[in-house]
Amino acid sequence: MSDLAGYFPDASIMAGRIDALLLALTLVSVLVVGGIMAVIVWFAFRYRRGSPAARGPAPSRSRTLEVVWITVPLVVFLIIFVWAAMLYLELRSPPADALAINVVAKQWMWKVQHPGGQREINELHVPVGRPIKLVMTSQDVIHSLFVPAFRVKQDVLPGRYTTLWFEPSREGEYPLLCAEFCGTDHSGMTGRVVVMAPQDYDQWLERNPGAGTLAQQGEVVYRRHGCSGCHGESATVHAPGLAGIYGRRASLEDGGTVMVDEGYIRDSILRPASEVVAGYPPIMPSYQGQLDEEEILALVAYIRSLADREEAAP
Amino acid sequence: MAPDAVVPDAPQFEDGEQRRSAATLGMWVFLATEVLFFGVLFGGYAVIRLLNYDAFVVGSHHTDVVLGTVNTAVLLTSSLTMALAVRGAGLGQRRDTTRWLVLTLLLGLAFLGIKGVEYYQEYQDALVPVLAFRYQGPHAQGVLLFFYLYFVMTGLHALHLIIGVAVVGAMVVRNRRGHFGPEYYIPVELTGLYWHFVDVVWIFLYPLFYLVARV
Amino acid sequence: MSTIAAAPEPSYIDVSYTLRSWLTTHDHKRIGLLYVVSITFFFFIAAVAAAIMRVELLTPAGDLLEADTYNKLFTVHGVVMVWFFLIPSIPATFGNFLLPLMIGARDVAFPRLNLASWYVYSLGGLFVIITLIAGGVDTGWTFYTPYTTMFSNTHVVAAICGVFIVGFSSIFTGLNFIVTVHRMRAPGLNWFRLPLFVWAQYATSLVMVLATPVLAMTLALVAIERILQVGIFDPALGGDPLLFQHLFWFYSHPAVYIMVLPAMGVVSEVIACFARRPVFGYRFMVYSLLGIAVVGFTVWGHHMFVSGQSMYAGMVFSLLSFLVAVPSSIKVFNWTATLYRGSVSFEAPMLYALGFIALFMMGGITGIWLAALAADVHLTDTYFVVAHFHYIMVGAAVMAYFSAIHFWWPKITGRLYPESWARLAAIVMFIGFNLAFFPQYIAGFLGMPRRYHAYPPEYEVLNILSSAGAAVLAVAYVLPLIYLGWSLLRGPRAGSSPWGATGLEWETTSPPPRDNFRRPPRVDGPPYAYDTERGHGP
Repeated sequence: MSDLAGYFPDASIMAGRIDALLLALTLVSVLVVGGIMAVIVWFAFRYRRGSPAARGPAPSRSRTLEVVWITVPLVVFLIIFVWAAMLYLELRSPPADALAINVVAKQWMWKVQHPGGQREINELHVPVGRPIKLVMTSQDVIHSLFVPAFRVKQDVLPGRYTTLWFEPSREGEYPLLCAEFCGTDHSGMTGRVVVMAPQDYDQWLERNPGAGTLAQQGEVVYRRHGCSGCHGESATVHAPGLAGIYGRRASLEDGGTVMVDEGYIRDSILRPASEVVAGYPPIMPSYQGQLDEEEILALVAYIRSLADREEAAP
Repeated sequence: MAPDAVVPDAPQFEDGEQRRSAATLGMWVFLATEVLFFGVLFGGYAVIRLLNYDAFVVGSHHTDVVLGTVNTAVLLTSSLTMALAVRGAGLGQRRDTTRWLVLTLLLGLAFLGIKGVEYYQEYQDALVPVLAFRYQGPHAQGVLLFFYLYFVMTGLHALHLIIGVAVVGAMVVRNRRGHFGPEYYIPVELTGLYWHFVDVVWIFLYPLFYLVARV
Repeated sequence: MSTIAAAPEPSYIDVSYTLRSWLTTHDHKRIGLLYVVSITFFFFIAAVAAAIMRVELLTPAGDLLEADTYNKLFTVHGVVMVWFFLIPSIPATFGNFLLPLMIGARDVAFPRLNLASWYVYSLGGLFVIITLIAGGVDTGWTFYTPYTTMFSNTHVVAAICGVFIVGFSSIFTGLNFIVTVHRMRAPGLNWFRLPLFVWAQYATSLVMVLATPVLAMTLALVAIERILQVGIFDPALGGDPLLFQHLFWFYSHPAVYIMVLPAMGVVSEVIACFARRPVFGYRFMVYSLLGIAVVGFTVWGHHMFVSGQSMYAGMVFSLLSFLVAVPSSIKVFNWTATLYRGSVSFEAPMLYALGFIALFMMGGITGIWLAALAADVHLTDTYFVVAHFHYIMVGAAVMAYFSAIHFWWPKITGRLYPESWARLAAIVMFIGFNLAFFPQYIAGFLGMPRRYHAYPPEYEVLNILSSAGAAVLAVAYVLPLIYLGWSLLRGPRAGSSPWGATGLEWETTSPPPRDNFRRPPRVDGPPYAYDTERGHGP
């Protein structure tokens, strides 16, 4: 796809591989459609009414032929299926060491939170050569984050987190689009992804400090809403401690287990009675309506940082 | 009494047998669409219940299992009387048919009456979404959805039953006027199929709203 | 007129000329024509909306229309085209007119229900017109929640009422066809002697009857949720927006087959007639129609690969989508083989039918792209998808609709039309369509999202091409109105079988009498008994 590079850059490590699939699909399509069209035109010409072509008795059915033209497409289809599905598995499985950046969509803008606390709107600065995982949610309707240069797209839903990952392979600026119709200014909900050299990225981070890291911002929210009153170490209320829980499985009151990830932490804050950790009474009130999506993401970052601290300690 | 059935004109058919088999097949196809119509609600119930399991446990403790069970019995009995009415019509026993149809009608009305009492109780307990909902306990949002589905699904079922009662009423009138006989009782037969379908829907609604989380 | 008046039995048109006789008719043929008039009206409403959009898209900036106006236009275009034109297009018109004729019946099983379906359709259409007059609706024809339930400020409920109501008209039609095919076939006409058009209507009816109620109930729940602010589709209320998408596509994917299966039926009749050969692999054609109808119910999740549904669900839906492509390819191969050793002529219906095959292939093969998971991630919600479904629904299905108009026009009206004008329109339509929609494949491939009122300037050339194609297409859609209108008034009389086609509908007079046949027909052989050697029908 190099001839399209200016127009249609491939700027992530997956883009080239998806282009290979698209190229194969193009070839198959041209061959199949072209081939059948050629046969139709040939038959139509040769057997046009009044032509001297020999007609003779021709069969009007053939089991062999039917089996052939059932099997051949099926095999081709299955090959394409497996190829595309394996790529899709990779597209949907972010590497564990990916840099997590939060995205909150609202009508009609993209709000970005970096782990270092930097915030930006309709722009996403990322370093080249490092996997990036976007943790995304919406404040209102469904949006969809689409970066054509990376060949990735993921719907952004209210009320839950969806993720998308990519590893930029080429510095530059690329359009970032909303692909799911979201109201009046849907077509204006666009921005750009700026892929920078790692050192430029570090400088950019320094030039745009937030009010502390995202985890520190989360800690502020944590204190302001009095979470430590129950979850703190000296609390008298019987509530689970939060240190080290991120990334582990917790057993639940109803006998099941759950992975403590961004989604579970979010649900526990907003719908605390739904999946209660075993051994604790369901006494936590819901914080629905008291926290906005960005604050919740900051809280998640804070709780996650507690786990990282735990790991760092011997 | 009038000896012969009054058969409405239907020139598209060759004979009575073709007419009857077409009408019954048509009814079955219609009931298939009804299954999918209700199927959306059952599917929605399943998904929302998965998302709000505890709330549905709470919610189902607030429905009146005694009245629900009585109503199930009422409706099942009405299916029996309906079946007897269809049989009577096929045998040309006009008086019996009228009797069974009237009994079916009364049982249908009884079901609707009991359902109305239940609705009124739920209104008094402030469990009716939008109109009066003041449940404040745990899982309030999920309980709201439970009762939303409860009213949508039992309400749609009740609407079907109201239509059924009206149709059975019309059958009583037509039967008394001597419109039916052994050679022509398609309307009674179709009414029966519809009535049994409405009954079967209730057989699924009853456990989902009254029983499922009580054990 | 005098010759007809002298005939022993008047044609269905000559039975009575009053408006009342049309509006109270139980005749399947007249009801089919009532539908023709209605869907033509709605076709042009939706086409005007499309034309205005194409003018806006001539320039990258959103300069002609407000963004909200543009959003309303594509919503109206989608809602009206899908539910008020494409879904009823072939079944409610040609299905109604031809199905009883083709099976040798006097009428459908339930004529009053048939008339009711037209009134129900009209009532639904009335709601759409009310929506338009009141100021329109901007949710897109997909009505995604929570935008539809919470955020849109337009006349959503009226529009949903229209779609909800019109759904019942297709349920009534489907129910009628199923029972008619099962119970009303002429003596000797067993299942494997049915013309493929009848099989196609039957398969379509199954889909109509089983899918439409799901849409109706789902949209009813959306309307309730919007009015009462309680419901199961909005996460803010405890609901699940993906549940809506699953239910919506459970209907709306099979809906594509409601549009394209009847088209396949038309094309099978036309190709056999103008190749003077029986359709190749008749039984496989039947099985593939049924296979598409059944498997079509299991692939809806391929509209949701990036929606947030689970990765594994995506893989299952992808695999099933590849499988449903197999019966479609069987059909293309069989049509091609039908031409082999035929005696092919190129009257207007045949040109439209060949156009159908070409466009159907191009639309179908890009369906493979969209079923391929990783490719779909990039392509979904772009103009690639817009081009794909327009190739199937407009390119293929509407081409087949025009093929049907031209093929059965002499039977319906008893008149011939000017052949060279009809051929010209077919060719212009094919060229215009490709010019309008092929550039959209490229725009989508390069990442242009759909439903964009303004777009990045690098897509400008492609959009100008597309708008130019739309203009050509508009000419091609207006042309038939003119020469068919002329034919209606001045066209030469057609005999009972001007194409030399087989099939019961060609054995009765043109136009047929009220009860279709002067003598009840009997069938004693398979369909498509063409004599290739002599190049004409039996």
